[in-house]
Amino acid sequence: MKGTVEVRQHRAGWAFVAPALVLIGVFFFVPVLAGLVLSFTDFDIYAVGRPDFARFVGLRNYVQALGNPMFWKALGNTLFFVLVGGPLSVAASLVAALLVSSKLTRFPGLFRSIFFMPVVTTLVAVAIVWRYLYQPQYGLLNWALGGLGIRPVDWLGDSHWAMLAIILLAVWKNFGYNMLIFVAGLQSVPEELYEAAELDGASPWSRFVHVTLPSLGPTFLFVGVMTMLGNFQLFAEPYVMTQGGPLKATTTVVMLMYDEGFRWWRMGMGSAIAFVLFVIMLAGTLLQMRLQREGRS
Amino acid sequence: MKRALPTLLLHGVLVAGALLTLAPLLWMVSASFMPDGEANTFPPRLLPSAPTVRHYLDLFLRLDLGRQFANSTLVAVLSTLISLIVNSMAGYAFAKLRFGGRERTFRLLLVALVIPAQVCMLPLFLELKAMGLVNTYAGAIIPFMAGVFGIFMIRQYALSLPDELLDAARVDGAGEFRIYWAIVLPVIRPILVTLAVFVFLSAWNDFMWPLIVLSDEAKYTLPVALAGLSSEHVQDTELMMAGSVVTVLPVVLLFLLLQRAYLRGVMMGSVKG
Repeated sequence: MKGTVEVRQHRAGWAFVAPALVLIGVFFFVPVLAGLVLSFTDFDIYAVGRPDFARFVGLRNYVQALGNPMFWKALGNTLFFVLVGGPLSVAASLVAALLVSSKLTRFPGLFRSIFFMPVVTTLVAVAIVWRYLYQPQYGLLNWALGGLGIRPVDWLGDSHWAMLAIILLAVWKNFGYNMLIFVAGLQSVPEELYEAAELDGASPWSRFVHVTLPSLGPTFLFVGVMTMLGNFQLFAEPYVMTQGGPLKATTTVVMLMYDEGFRWWRMGMGSAIAFVLFVIMLAGTLLQMRLQREGRS
Repeated sequence: MKRALPTLLLHGVLVAGALLTLAPLLWMVSASFMPDGEANTFPPRLLPSAPTVRHYLDLFLRLDLGRQFANSTLVAVLSTLISLIVNSMAGYAFAKLRFGGRERTFRLLLVALVIPAQVCMLPLFLELKAMGLVNTYAGAIIPFMAGVFGIFMIRQYALSLPDELLDAARVDGAGEFRIYWAIVLPVIRPILVTLAVFVFLSAWNDFMWPLIVLSDEAKYTLPVALAGLSSEHVQDTELMMAGSVVTVLPVVLLFLLLQRAYLRGVMMGSVKG
């Protein structure tokens, strides 16, 4: 009797997970593996019509990509976005989380919802809105800065400012998400720790540095890794706001992959670029996990 | 009373932050009602001198944006419904049904979380092309139908289901599918709502995949259509703002309506770290 129950559950279990496994297998794992194979071929526009035209070329795509100055430019831009935009966004999230979590704050739920609002908006739509906010002559931003005595900046038209402008938009769009995760992290800091520190006469700042920050360690790791992974995939903002310009200052690795693959139909080269990006993202993740472990010991 | 000053300061900063956060969205709404050219004046106008709905009429009557609104709705609703069924079945099975290879299969799935979607986009396009699914709604929906994160979310929630409840139903002779349908689904409803909001928002807001897979303007989703419009109508600020409002409004309303469920999902995401 028991045997048949087990067999029945075994069958039911597999039947229940089968649709998900088939879908994820066919439309995710198979393409990922196919992409790896593709990256070692010269799959191009002719092969799109006749896949048997593609030939194995070994590491040629990787060698070519790494020898292409445009790739390094795009990687540099992407890293700038990751290394400047990431910390800025995490800092903004932490400040917002501390503000809404303060015991003195009235209507914390209302502020939390407002700060979270940009997260749910459609990226393409708000990128278009920000393009007009950044407009050098009539834009709201330069007008507001003018009120503070700052001269107009050609945000999206000047190669020095364009990536910073995109970072600003990204921080505004995303800080609410990490704020929420920090709020959850702050709630799990034991109250006794604060009370003990207060008894020791610690100032609010020293309580923040010695109690709050260390307790948030795992939250920082999670937020840091997720933000980094998201930032490496920067695509829609520059696509809509600058088309990668001016002077290629906002061309990112994913944009390069998109252009190679879907504009020039060099699928082999596009796949190689995607895998290089994947390896860099993986390395970044492992690096952060390692730093976190060393910081703790 | 010694706390009056810090409290005042704190709320000053909070209100300033909230206004800054809302400013781009408020200006978007305001500019969408301005007469032609009024959004491009100096100094900038904050409110329309004579509010008009002309740009909204223009979008729907002349530029046929209603068509793309319907496309977006169709893609997001179908993605949501399919993913609810597929992910809840899998998530429940991984949590509660004992079958050989369960843990190993689940761990294998988690590998997918570290692989960025871009890695599979080019080959997935070729695969769908071979299947004749390029430039179809099915092609646009495919990446949302099953998701490892969704399965993970359901599994975490279903782990707390009491085994006695399920075993009692088995003793009564209920089949496994009946148990899932009649007992499990009603109990895990809160997490289903969360998942539904998640999938709907990501399908509605997605840009890169529909841009790749849909080539026919009549099949575009709103973000793709809007990106196209924005390069044709750069000068028509007010029109573009109306288009942005139309695109953003449904998701903002959905968020306001179901924010408790959605925010819980975001918090759950952080648990896996």
